[in-house]
Amino acid sequence: MNLEWIKKITIAASLIAASGLPGIIAEAAGTATLLNVSYDPTRELYQSENAAFIQYWQKKTGQTVKIDQSHGGSGKQARAVIDGLEADVVTLALAYDIDAISDSKLLPANWQQRLPNNSTPYTSTIVFVVRKGNPKHITTWDDIVKPGVSVITPNPKTSGGARWNYLAAWGYKQKQTGSAVQAKNFVKALYKNVPVLDTGARGSTLTFAQRGLGDVLLAWENEAHLILKEFGTDKFEIVSPAVSILAEPPVAVVDKNVAKHGTGKLAEAYLNFLYTPQAQDIIAQNSYRPRNPAALKKYAANFPKIKLFTLNEVFGNWRSAQKTHFNDGGVFDQIYLP
Amino acid sequence: MLKQPTPESAPIVKKRISDPLPVQIVLIGLTLLFFITFIFLPLGLVFAQAFSKGWEYYLESIREPYALEAVKLTLTTVAIVVPLNALFGVTAAWAITKFNFRGKAALKTLLDLPFAVSPVIAGLIFVLLVGSRTPFGSWLGEQGIKIIFSTPGIVIATLFVTFPFVARELIPLMEAQGRDEEEAALTLGARGWQIFGKITLPNIRWGLLYGMILCSARSIGEFGAVSVVSGHIRGQTNTIPLHVEILYSEYNFAASFSVASILVFLALLTVGVKVTLEKQFQKNSFHH
Amino acid sequence: MELFQRKRRNILPGFGLSMGYTVFYLSAIVIVPLSMIFFNTIPMGWEPFLHTVTAPRVLASYRLSFSTALFAAIFDAIVGLLTAWVLVRYRFAGRQFLDALVDLPFALPTAVAGICFATLYSPVGWLGETFAKWNIEIINSPTGIVVALIFIGFPFVVRTIQPVLEEVEQEIEEAAQCLGATRWQTFRKILLPHLFPALLTGSTLAFARGIGEYGSVIFIAGNLPMKTEIAPLMIMSKLDQFDYNGASAVALVLLLISFSMLLLLNAVQEWQQKEYR
Repeated sequence: MNLEWIKKITIAASLIAASGLPGIIAEAAGTATLLNVSYDPTRELYQSENAAFIQYWQKKTGQTVKIDQSHGGSGKQARAVIDGLEADVVTLALAYDIDAISDSKLLPANWQQRLPNNSTPYTSTIVFVVRKGNPKHITTWDDIVKPGVSVITPNPKTSGGARWNYLAAWGYKQKQTGSAVQAKNFVKALYKNVPVLDTGARGSTLTFAQRGLGDVLLAWENEAHLILKEFGTDKFEIVSPAVSILAEPPVAVVDKNVAKHGTGKLAEAYLNFLYTPQAQDIIAQNSYRPRNPAALKKYAANFPKIKLFTLNEVFGNWRSAQKTHFNDGGVFDQIYLP
Repeated sequence: MLKQPTPESAPIVKKRISDPLPVQIVLIGLTLLFFITFIFLPLGLVFAQAFSKGWEYYLESIREPYALEAVKLTLTTVAIVVPLNALFGVTAAWAITKFNFRGKAALKTLLDLPFAVSPVIAGLIFVLLVGSRTPFGSWLGEQGIKIIFSTPGIVIATLFVTFPFVARELIPLMEAQGRDEEEAALTLGARGWQIFGKITLPNIRWGLLYGMILCSARSIGEFGAVSVVSGHIRGQTNTIPLHVEILYSEYNFAASFSVASILVFLALLTVGVKVTLEKQFQKNSFHH
Repeated sequence: MELFQRKRRNILPGFGLSMGYTVFYLSAIVIVPLSMIFFNTIPMGWEPFLHTVTAPRVLASYRLSFSTALFAAIFDAIVGLLTAWVLVRYRFAGRQFLDALVDLPFALPTAVAGICFATLYSPVGWLGETFAKWNIEIINSPTGIVVALIFIGFPFVVRTIQPVLEEVEQEIEEAAQCLGATRWQTFRKILLPHLFPALLTGSTLAFARGIGEYGSVIFIAGNLPMKTEIAPLMIMSKLDQFDYNGASAVALVLLLISFSMLLLLNAVQEWQQKEYR
């Protein structure tokens, strides 16, 4: 028994460490690389969009591009960018998260005016997913607050999608009655029916689809289609309410990071590409609502007519919605107080 | 250690006084019951899901380039973390158990602290320390040094999370052993490193080994802290657990559990190494 | 270095080197990073700090985290001692396999463990179905949290007792037996006091780990405010509001409570050891 083997392990460890690090450095030097930091449900969308853009850019400029993807909860991703994750572009679930990035001076405050349509190349809305045959006869927002109906939706404190769910319900009632008090009672009744608050949208989907909890799942329209595709159209169906919110997930170039990487032109071209007919077609294929009317018409069967209201109509803007409803002591906290 | 002369034919295992057979059966039965509900069933679930689409799909998912990158990153992390923490563990255990000094209980408590820290916080503190919002972090950024959201960040967070394992394993053991043997050697004229190498190290080798195994198992599986400092860039900063989570979030259950099963195999492998070493040591001690 | 000065007789060499390195490494990896929580709480000021850490939801989450971790640690202490005993003292087919699997809770990422338990104990899961028949709710209740924490903390207890048990010199037991002690008496009077420090260490670690556990619990807890919301989740939700200070404040309280409990247990252990010698 001697110290020999400790020495050996130490040497082996340092060799492995040494061989790993130069690899990471070398990679950065070669082709142009973009890092797109995005939220959870867009994985499939950007897989297709990135492939299309790489081809488009190669043809246009001859340059090879590599696009790295990072996905996670929208707020968590925004925080990572603030703390130094060097994203060239961010494509998040809600404007508030990009506002927070602009607060730390990584991009200008007017970021949302820099691209068409409030910097949202695609939109979505909130719909209901129910079990096959719709056993609880859920067709409207009022049906889901009835006693005995169990609703699955994630925690608005930790999930961007959940905030859209909450705001959709609130907006529906407020537009119907014109009263914020009624809207608050409505939302309170809704969360009485919620047995689980998962921390993310995909967690809720699994609770509903895999673990068999709940009668109705509130979900992004694009996620609802994905659920049917992944778990089977024989098990679930989508119910589109007559009224819902226009969810606008925005995109932006992170100025400070692209300046550092020298990727400004590329990043801008990447986001502008999302507005081209080709990209809009991919967007519609992934069940996001495209901005381009032609693409919307082509896939009209997937997007039933829903009366959509915008967030600004009901809540002013994201900052004030966040402050009133979701920050500590806000309305969401109040409805849970005994 | 037993120092009695052992007959040639004696089994390698020490002769033990044992409990009556019925007691043994009941105790083993209870242990098995616990293992079935808490270990075998989750394990069964992992493998049932992993092979739900057949062998070929299983092999395909663990040979996929992103999965391989994740395995490489995890192994690199383990290879750096375990030796560093083992070295620290031995040093700290020596200082704590071989000497009397004021503040020992406080020091021991500080050693335990990383266990009591939520993985969420364990990641957060490094973001607060070297994230780009802090002066230190932005200075590092200007020098072009990346710590969080790249490999060094993952290594440091793992170092923190697995920090106490070896020390915690060795301290109770060395306390139970006392310091008489070392002191005797000292009176016989042995020097510091000799005492350590010839007496202490052989005495603590099992504890050290256990500690290192735990440390590597935990480094392989750490999720919470690493998730905060990783940045989740596919093929670059995803460790195996993060990759498992990503696949799961993509509703790709079979692939996700296939990759998770790699972790199970790695855990079994570390213990396999332990068993082999155990036999080796026992053989050696008989030659003397 | 006034605090860590040597006292009484210390004849072995290497105090300066080992203590120096210990303190250096401890500071670099643990103390300096952890102090960031403190420094990020200071800018809040006293009033908002108190307000944040005593909000009803936060208090409820502390209570939940501590009580579930305590139950899990007690359960782990019993099962862990049993398992260590069986693995060290008995020889049976498959022993080494069981031994190998003890570490599984460490190697399996906590998220996977959480998903597994949520699936197993869900009303349509392998075990949940049975429990549903008896009307026992496991997932989305504190029971579910305890189940996850038992799993997470189990290896701590086994792996701390195991090496000590391996080293127990059986002559003592033999001597006790020769003197007419029964097996149970030998265990209670001789072995248990010897194993007690390790048992205490192991279950304290399981307890401490349980308080902070996040990954596995959020899948099985249900996360309802005031009912099944654990303390680390409070930190997470504050972070998602970009409220770094608030998150640090909750973290600081959690940390201080855990630290004092660990300190207390270490002191008890120290005292117990002197008693035993």
